[in-house]
Amino acid sequence: MKIPDSPAQIMETLPSVKTDRLPLFLLPALALVALPLIGSFSTWVTLTFAGLAMGMIIFIIASGLTLVFGLMDVMNFGHGVFITLGAFIAVSVLGRMAGFTESPSLVRNLIAVVPAMLAAMVAAGALGLVFERIIIRPVYGQPLKQIMITMGGMIVAVELIKVIWGAQAIPLPLPEAFKGSLLFGETAIEKYRLIAVVVGLVIFAMLFWILSRTKVGLLIRAGVHDREMVESLGYRIGRLFIGVFVAGSALAGLGGVMWGLYQQSVTPEMGGAINVLLFIVIIIGGMGSIGGCFLGALMVGLVNNYAGFLAPKVALISNILLMVIVLLWRPQGIYPAGKA
Amino acid sequence: MSEPLLKLEGVHTHIGAYHILHGVDLEVMPGEMTVLLGRNGAGKTTTLRTIMGLWKATAGTITFRGEAIQALDTPDIAHRGLAYVPENMGIFADLTVCENMLLAARNARHIDQMDAKRLDWLFGLFPALKTFWQHPAGLLSGGQKQMLAVARAIIEPRPLLLIDEPSKGLAPSIIQNLISAFRELKQTETTILLVEQNFNFARQLGDRVAVMDDGRVVHAGSMADLVGDEGLQQKLLGLSLASHS
Ligand SMILES: Nc1ncnc2c1ncn2[C@@H]1O[C@H](COP(=O)(O)OP(=O)(O)OP(=O)(O)O)[C@@H](O)[C@H]1O
Ligand SMILES: [Mg+2]
Repeated sequence: MKIPDSPAQIMETLPSVKTDRLPLFLLPALALVALPLIGSFSTWVTLTFAGLAMGMIIFIIASGLTLVFGLMDVMNFGHGVFITLGAFIAVSVLGRMAGFTESPSLVRNLIAVVPAMLAAMVAAGALGLVFERIIIRPVYGQPLKQIMITMGGMIVAVELIKVIWGAQAIPLPLPEAFKGSLLFGETAIEKYRLIAVVVGLVIFAMLFWILSRTKVGLLIRAGVHDREMVESLGYRIGRLFIGVFVAGSALAGLGGVMWGLYQQSVTPEMGGAINVLLFIVIIIGGMGSIGGCFLGALMVGLVNNYAGFLAPKVALISNILLMVIVLLWRPQGIYPAGKA
Repeated sequence: MSEPLLKLEGVHTHIGAYHILHGVDLEVMPGEMTVLLGRNGAGKTTTLRTIMGLWKATAGTITFRGEAIQALDTPDIAHRGLAYVPENMGIFADLTVCENMLLAARNARHIDQMDAKRLDWLFGLFPALKTFWQHPAGLLSGGQKQMLAVARAIIEPRPLLLIDEPSKGLAPSIIQNLISAFRELKQTETTILLVEQNFNFARQLGDRVAVMDDGRVVHAGSMADLVGDEGLQQKLLGLSLASHS
């Protein structure tokens, strides 16, 4: 089929395409403000990289949550359980493959880590399917009940995890080749943080591609905007939602593996502990927006690490402060999803 | 006389605690345009939404091609061949014109799979769509959005279109464009149920007319009869249309 048309004519009659680039400057601005406060350049680089790595992991975890809200207005306060499950699955898989993880060969490490990640995603996705069916579906359109029952569902699931893996923290050591740092002159960057940034970028690129280039992705975006119209065009929004929920759970499982490796330890409470950060991220980003979630997650990661260094006592409230500032600027978040 | 394509019998609709439709009876004959008139709040939009399954009828039957559809879900109703252009047009503002059309084309998984001939025909009806093909639909003017909404409904042949007040808020010249587009559409055997308060618009296109008031159809007949009978117009539409003519 043919693509029109004379560009000159288009410019004449339509306002120029509005690309909202302003938020893209937030990250560099944040980093630049932090530099003089921190003082040392190499410390700043290290903290910035730690923040970006943490932000990428949070993004992987939160991406599904924001779409789940955008599509069905579902507030899932149980999302953290998929993180925990993913991390414990990694403990089990990697524990059985010590021969591979303790080898200095990157390839052998990956032979262990990749299956651990896939297993975590499958398990978290499967739990997501069950969670959607028995926890979420009975409370569509009832926000208050959603909050209660998803929190309750998470408590139950965490108890089950304790039954299987125990209540104690379990170490999750990094595979040999992931350990240590790369030196760039004065500054050291931990290898694993680099890996986390790369994985985060790959996931972001994939999600972006799906949402902008595939019909399913377009349907998800259309559904975030106007559910009824998507149904009137003949598509079952319920099925779309289940797919998004399961994919989002699987991504949270992957994020759990990465978060567990980042902290090199896994506890049944780790998912719940991150829950608050997730909601800060998706509120900052604009509920339902993947681009906003990405920026929000990176900002939260940076602020967390800068504040942890500069003023450890206020590190926790620094993210809430960030959220307040963003919302004063854009009350619907960075990229409002524009509900109809 | 042939069987009606769509038939509503004693349809009641509740929205929450409110009883909105009180036994709507309506027949839409194949190949015709039926215009649904009535004052604000008469229940026209609710009737269309009930046909589409967006509200569920609490009593009565809705028959499409002989099959009862009142209990079906909206996507299933759409798959029977009903297309809906809502009052707010339902444009996906973040998506381009092209992407809006792709979602409406259920048989195409990709832009290249959309029926090129039909697209050309649509571009003929609504040239603005071609001009702004790659632009976010949210940037279109009201009239252009309305054209996109109608084009989306007919990107694939559908036996029945439900269109809610397409002339609302549009300048007369744009309305004239829409009228010619609907005229051409009528040549294609498409059956249309049109909600319209603008009697001037309605009379130029409608074959039949039904007038609603207070959740019921209070008059049904041919458009020609209504147009020829000033007294009847006065009686039925005096209240609702004085301000629109
Ligand atoms: N979501 C809703 N909740 C409660 N009442 C509603 C709702 N939608 C419509 N109504 C009521 O139902 C009645 C019929 O509304 P409807 O929108 O069907 O009228 P209409 O004929 O389309 O009017 P208009 O010409 O203004 O579009 C009105 O009294 C309206 O207030
Ligand atoms: Mg209406």
